[in-house]
Amino acid sequence: MAGDASAFTPFVESFQAKIFQYTWLTCGQREDAEEVAQETLLKVFENFDQLREPEHVRAWVFRIAKNFCLMKRRRSVYAPERELSLDELLPSAEGERKLQIRDEGEAPEDALLRGELNSRLESAIRDLPEIYRSAVLLRDVEELSTSDAAAILDVTEDVVKQRLHRGRLALRKALASYVEVK
Amino acid sequence: MSGHPHSHDHDHEQGKDPLCLEIFARLSEYLDGELAAEDCAAVEEHIADCPPCVEFLQGLRTSIEASKGFKTPVAPDPVDEAMRERLQYAWSEALARRGREAQKARPGPGPAPAS
Repeated sequence: MAGDASAFTPFVESFQAKIFQYTWLTCGQREDAEEVAQETLLKVFENFDQLREPEHVRAWVFRIAKNFCLMKRRRSVYAPERELSLDELLPSAEGERKLQIRDEGEAPEDALLRGELNSRLESAIRDLPEIYRSAVLLRDVEELSTSDAAAILDVTEDVVKQRLHRGRLALRKALASYVEVK
Repeated sequence: MSGHPHSHDHDHEQGKDPLCLEIFARLSEYLDGELAAEDCAAVEEHIADCPPCVEFLQGLRTSIEASKGFKTPVAPDPVDEAMRERLQYAWSEALARRGREAQKARPGPGPAPAS
């Protein structure tokens, strides 16, 4: 791909949406997300000859996006950092409803609920403290490996695993109190 | 992970039993297939006899699946013409630099054969 000029348009189309989703969920404001996504794309193209491991192109692109998001965050007022403890992610004392989503033979009302679930999930992802959100976005939403996520975030794989687990528990809790689809 | 006897009488309530807590801390690694075989077996041994942990695990798995299929409903604006030109220029410059580097890296023609 790196040596093929015809790869330009498919690359833009494929990565623009992915980068935007990441920056949208990270920056919080549409204007910021658009700006950061475009800065990322430009930086990617300007430095494409520096890409040494084409098989890790997605990790390389998201690392650039993450750095632009960090710079944007430093220039704006945003959710303060905080850590989630495992205790606050335990099942609540009053119990929780089962979280089940049917994905076969979806009826219209299920599609509606799925849309609501998606909306709730987006909101829950946004509400995560940044360190957990970035782990969830890279590992679960973008489905990058633990090793790629660790390289992007400049932390060890164990730290990625710990942040991912807490982020997932927080999302599970946020969704469990809201959704019951059978 | 420490081993523990299969127990029918530990207190599962609200998942706050120490055994449940130990499992609870490792469920992501378990679901991701990142636990060592011995730890994986310990998790499976515990959840075989712990309905609250099974229920919690199912909920966690479901929310992970939802994240994996997540697509934000908001689409980015299309790249405008000016930006497209900048991107295209940057791309062709990068490709040209890469081409020059590749050429430099190729071995030279070597000494001319003696006539």
